[in-house]
Amino acid sequence: MADPATKGDQGIVTCDACPVLCRIRPGRTGACDRYGNVEGVLTRMDPMVLAQKVIDQNGQVVPFLANPEWRGGVLSGPPTLANARFLTGIGSGTTYPDYKPAPFIVASEHEGVDMVTVVTEGIFSYCGVKLKIDTDRYVGPEQAAVRCEGEQVGHVTTAEYGSQMLAVGGVRHLTGGSKKEGSVTCQTMLRLCNKEAVELSVDGGAKLVVQAGKAPVINDAQEERMRVGCGSATIGIFAKQWHGNVDEVIVVDDHITGVLTEHQAGRFLDLPPAGIRVRGRRSTPGRYFQVANPGSGWGGTDIKEPLSIIEAIDPKTAWPGMRLLMVSTTGEDAAYFVLDEALKPQPAAMPAPLRKVVERIGENCEPALVSVLFMAGAGGSLRAGVTENPVKLTRSVKDALTRVTSGGAPVYVWPGGGITYMVDVTRMPDNAFGHVPTPAIVAPIEFTLRLDDYRDLGGHMASVRRLDEIGGVDRLRVMGWHDSNPWPFDPQPSARRRAG
Amino acid sequence: MMATPAAREIYPMAGSAVAALLPDGRRLHLQHGPIDLVIEAFGAADEVRRAYRQAAARFDGLLDELVAELSLLRHPLGARDPQARGAVARRMVAACRPYCDDFITPMAAVAGAVADEVLAALAAGRDLARGYVNDGGDIALHLRPGERFRAGIIADVAMPEIFATLVIDAAAPVRGIATSGRATKGQGGRSFSRGIADSVTVLAKDGAAADAAATMVANAVDIDHPAIRREPARALDPDSDLGDILVTVAVGELGAAEIALALARGEALARRLREAGHIHGAVLTLKGACRVVGGDALRLAPPHAA
Repeated sequence: MADPATKGDQGIVTCDACPVLCRIRPGRTGACDRYGNVEGVLTRMDPMVLAQKVIDQNGQVVPFLANPEWRGGVLSGPPTLANARFLTGIGSGTTYPDYKPAPFIVASEHEGVDMVTVVTEGIFSYCGVKLKIDTDRYVGPEQAAVRCEGEQVGHVTTAEYGSQMLAVGGVRHLTGGSKKEGSVTCQTMLRLCNKEAVELSVDGGAKLVVQAGKAPVINDAQEERMRVGCGSATIGIFAKQWHGNVDEVIVVDDHITGVLTEHQAGRFLDLPPAGIRVRGRRSTPGRYFQVANPGSGWGGTDIKEPLSIIEAIDPKTAWPGMRLLMVSTTGEDAAYFVLDEALKPQPAAMPAPLRKVVERIGENCEPALVSVLFMAGAGGSLRAGVTENPVKLTRSVKDALTRVTSGGAPVYVWPGGGITYMVDVTRMPDNAFGHVPTPAIVAPIEFTLRLDDYRDLGGHMASVRRLDEIGGVDRLRVMGWHDSNPWPFDPQPSARRRAG
Repeated sequence: MMATPAAREIYPMAGSAVAALLPDGRRLHLQHGPIDLVIEAFGAADEVRRAYRQAAARFDGLLDELVAELSLLRHPLGARDPQARGAVARRMVAACRPYCDDFITPMAAVAGAVADEVLAALAAGRDLARGYVNDGGDIALHLRPGERFRAGIIADVAMPEIFATLVIDAAAPVRGIATSGRATKGQGGRSFSRGIADSVTVLAKDGAAADAAATMVANAVDIDHPAIRREPARALDPDSDLGDILVTVAVGELGAAEIALALARGEALARRLREAGHIHGAVLTLKGACRVVGGDALRLAPPHAA
């Protein structure tokens, strides 16, 4: 098919997919809503995505260089390449709306074995998004409501090491509340899964801007680094490097503030006690809980002035001239003091060797990111589209004979009943998710297995088509394979083939 | 081999048009460019088959007929009738005629007129109890005496919920239902509105009449308010028949009094059109508020009151 687009003034593209010949402005669609102007290129708006890796004669994987956007005649390339193509569920269609094509069941050959991929889009009411936000900054109390546009779309859940966790979506917000709550929840999940930035607010907490694979923005401040460890861990990692350059180090941290000379690490180095008592509750020697309130200051506390966490300095133990370093768990905040004759800490220029270790804390912090994992349960009806005996599909997935992917990305399938899976949306193609007004999220899902296994589990054998037979679908879009994703046709290492 | 769109294509069509049964095996789907028709006929299997063949045959080339007169159809309607040649184009002009004192182009009735034309082909000479042609929400109906249709009305396509049902008996004069609203392209709708209504559903003698009236009533549901964002139609679609006229692109928060005022303006127009015999009823919605015109005569009511 010839390129149906010609470019005109102001980036307008003329579509000749039909006789109307719509002239389409950038970012908009034609009268049919099927074709649009995407950055000056006429683009099918609901393509099926075929992910392809190209293999040369020696069997080596080489980068995909051809125009990744060509339409039509997609499968007319050299036949030897057919087994390097994987049809994703993106755009494959569901039963909604009815006139979309039914899901595809596609056979291809991989290393002499007939493989089949059942390609579909699941409509998920039971689904949610788990957000891991790399930050020690306080985002809000556990269980607090997470809101978007004023509607509750989730809650703050158990914090993890160096990260705040949010649970967004879920069936209760989708269907259990008001219509607006369901609609906003659906849109929030959709945008997060499609890697868009979303603004959230936490009741009694922070305002957040989160986007998959990007640094979080918390109360208008972009988070740069994930802490190297808690305050106590930071002491443990760097105690030896501080040794000799300083008499006391206090690592300010919202969870566990570390005090070097009291800490096991300081004892090991035979450091004399410094007599500086910090606020909060002592857990074990040199480890303090609740030195301050959570906030967006030093180390995820509300501390702006570090000396304020010092409760007392013992005149019998401390001495004039004592050198004190205070630092946060990311190295972003640090201050150096020397005690004067009255044992009052006075700000002083930080010596170069100490400065170097503070910088090293920063170097050892990984970039703070937001990770978005989509989680859903592939329940009864979806499985029925794969096999007449759905429980056999579940067992086959558990035995790793059937590989489950989402838009070609690997998924983690939870143990226990059902096919409840999680997928990192950054490993999926862009705009892989959709929604239906129910409201529910539409996500691609593919089941790949050997053709004989598919027959054994009661698959819809009459519906199996060869991959090269779907050339009649004019809305295929070919994209390069995401290099870090395992090739779905390769057997899974943990495959357990049952006897008989 | 699996049933693909291609395999379901039971009527050969010229060009890029598609005529196929939907996966349910009952309904016919006709699509060409921006025209998307879902059609269902009720009767003996053979009569239905023939009816579908007739509808598909009429649909073949229909878009080309319209495109041939597109510039004329995008031109504002004046006192003199444009010399439209095509049957669909003439239906469009006739349906918009009552509004030619205001700004209107025949395009205001295009969806309803296509539905009417294909419905006429569907039913011609066939013995069908009932039939409908749904052109993206603008619907033309066929009813044999004694038959009736029940239809649900949804105000917001993003949050579909049937908030009102209507019953159309063969004895009633209604053969067209059309819905217009501010849901523009990309927001669930297909065209532009000058007003702010979430939806205006109109019942009229045919699809084209309902379509034109729904457009005009939806335009009338309007107020001046800073929360309403408008842009020239041409900035969104360079070929829009609305030219530089402002169309609504977003409606923010409105107070109850403002919602009531906007609805009252649309309701007043709907009443005038009903008294003049152009329409038989209308349902107007905006931000959860609703007005019904002609509901008593049409058995048109919210479900809880039905």
